[in-house]
Amino acid sequence: MAKLTRKPATKKAPAKKRATKSQADSDAQGGVIPDKLSLTVDFATYPAGKYSHTDCDLSEDQVLGMYRNMLLQRRFEERAAQMYGKQKIAGFLHLYIGQEAISTGTATAINIGQDSVITAYRDHGHGLALGMSPNEGMAEMFGKVGGCSRGKGGSMHFFSKEKGLFGGHGIVGAHVPVGVGIAFGHKYKESGGVAIAFYGDGAVGQGAIHEAANLMSVYELPAILVVENNQYAMGTSIHRAFGQTEFSHHSVAYDVKGAVVDGMDVFAVCKAMQDHVALARENKPTMMEIRTYRYRGHSMSDPQKYRTKEELESKKNEDPIIRLKAYILENKITNDDALDAIDDDVKKEVMASVEFAENSPAPELSEIYDNVYDEADYPYLS
Amino acid sequence: MAILQYREALRAAMTEEMERDERVFLMGEEVAEYNGAYKVSEGMLEKFGPKRIIDTPISENGFCGLGVGAAMNGLRPIIEFMTFNFSFVAIDQIINNAAKIRYMSGGQFKVPIVFRGANGAAGQLAATHNTSTESIYSTVPGLKVITPSNPDDAKGLLKSAIRDDNPVLFMESEVMFGMKGEVSDAEDYIIPIGKARIAREGTDVTIVAHSKSYWIAMKVAERLEYEGYSAEVIDPRTIRPLDIDTIVESIKKTNRCVIIDESNPFASISSEMTYQIQERAFDHLDAPIVRITAKDVPAPYAKNLIEYYMPQEEDAYQACKRVMYVQ
Ligand SMILES: Cc1ncc(C[n+]2csc(CCOP(=O)(O)OP(=O)(O)O)c2C)c(N)n1
Ligand SMILES: [Mg+2]
Repeated sequence: MAKLTRKPATKKAPAKKRATKSQADSDAQGGVIPDKLSLTVDFATYPAGKYSHTDCDLSEDQVLGMYRNMLLQRRFEERAAQMYGKQKIAGFLHLYIGQEAISTGTATAINIGQDSVITAYRDHGHGLALGMSPNEGMAEMFGKVGGCSRGKGGSMHFFSKEKGLFGGHGIVGAHVPVGVGIAFGHKYKESGGVAIAFYGDGAVGQGAIHEAANLMSVYELPAILVVENNQYAMGTSIHRAFGQTEFSHHSVAYDVKGAVVDGMDVFAVCKAMQDHVALARENKPTMMEIRTYRYRGHSMSDPQKYRTKEELESKKNEDPIIRLKAYILENKITNDDALDAIDDDVKKEVMASVEFAENSPAPELSEIYDNVYDEADYPYLS
Repeated sequence: MAILQYREALRAAMTEEMERDERVFLMGEEVAEYNGAYKVSEGMLEKFGPKRIIDTPISENGFCGLGVGAAMNGLRPIIEFMTFNFSFVAIDQIINNAAKIRYMSGGQFKVPIVFRGANGAAGQLAATHNTSTESIYSTVPGLKVITPSNPDDAKGLLKSAIRDDNPVLFMESEVMFGMKGEVSDAEDYIIPIGKARIAREGTDVTIVAHSKSYWIAMKVAERLEYEGYSAEVIDPRTIRPLDIDTIVESIKKTNRCVIIDESNPFASISSEMTYQIQERAFDHLDAPIVRITAKDVPAPYAKNLIEYYMPQEEDAYQACKRVMYVQ
């Protein structure tokens, strides 16, 4: 077993490991406080358009697989929105549309099954990217036993132990320390796995995230904290909520490496994840900001008065699926017809999931008592 | 009498108190520019400006603590939770600071603060977004807990809560925000904290129910009346302090009691009421007290399960007949 020792206070991390460097002015006249203290920091950046699929060691088939996967998320959610309108789905429904490059880029870079992902309530994309079936996703939202969580969790609570999805979670920020705990588990068991915790820009306001970041740093855990910065938390733009809107800068406070990634380019995400997963496998935790945009409202009842139509339109030009499609055609990986065929195939798969969800039975009323406790005969009050 | 929505009654109460007292301000997520996640504070930013209607980051622990400090330093904060489910990330500020600082400082500091927002189940929102928190917070000495069931009570009690010199948890309901009702247009309408309301007089059975369970009680009473039984409905309105006197007086008359409570049943409001009633009115009871509560499980998502989870009108109706021995 690896020893989980606290970093010794005296241990100076090698310059390579350090993301930050403090420079004390050497003129200081004795005492412990230098005259001047300054900071030089380097962040890794992953801009759009910089990386090709070969930079990420991806075959053309894999690129097409990524395209299909992003399209599957998109079509699945478009259909879910429609089913919400028909009242087949209820409660909160938060769409990931516009952010699909993040889930797909990540799933491509990790070892599904060995590694772990945890995220907030905007979780359909991560679920489908990790290989959960549209059937179990749609049935979950329909509240049916065929759902991934047997209809107990709904849209916000996709879980798949098999795929390493440790949940969609509804309390903003609260799952991030849990993600760090999953990383602790990987290190303790020497499983070789890493844990990636995704959260929104709004969640950066939660103390839990800062505690989690410090814990992963001090215990040197195989973890990556990833803020999916879509620039809004409900109706609050990051500029109204944060003194520091460069979220990658938080990494400085915890002495871990920080990176900024363009989340509209799936290869930028994939490359960033490959690099940071490699660090995590050596127990070097990191923090990453991925800049993205959500095209839909926060949930299904959002008048979106906080942003202009022009802003939304301008962002639509950066659509990660359109971008990947252009890349595929430009690089002659395949032709338009083949891409249309993929879309048709995806649409069929999504339609089939609606049918599956329709036909899956509602849970028996007695199931309300299942899985509260480990004991099947727990003496519930009635 | 004016007809107001529940949310409008809350807004009127806050507006009047803010006009009356410079020290009152409103802080919470989306309360200002977005006009409130549930439109309770609509128009208040325009009226009072950004000094007094203040948007926050999603930092409940931080801004609840800020509220406590501001209250200790002479202000009278109203802190809005988007829903009380999210108060749990700030529970330390409420339970350890707001509730206990007066006591621990030997009375030097008081904490006149209102924490308000939606509480309780609101449909298919699954386990973390459907908690009835009043049972949890009512166990804490130092806190007051108010759960109005209608616009009139919402207005009169919120005004009292803002003027109260103690920390008050004021629990509203997502599903009642749009509900309309008559609201007194008395100049300065105040309902005292800790006074129950006899919503309907009766002689055969007492039904005690707060917040939206109150509406179940009223339906049950109507059904019973149709069959010739007379139910008395009591809305405690305030959970802590509890107006046990009014409940006991009613039971002395009806000799029977059914409690409808949306909380999970273990160590809850209904268990506390049951204890206090048997302590005070044991000799007057002709039947065991029956309670109808949420199931003893977390709230599920599936439609049929969440409906089953909630206190059922039919169960409450059958319970009344059972305690009257007419079943
Ligand atoms: C602790 C807590 N406070 C408030 C909420 C209500 N809420 C749900 S989502 C949300 C906005 C979160 O925004 P962000 O973290 O940026 O994620 P995004 O929705 O953009 O994916 C809020 C305030 C909550 N779920 N949990
Ligand atoms: Mg956001």
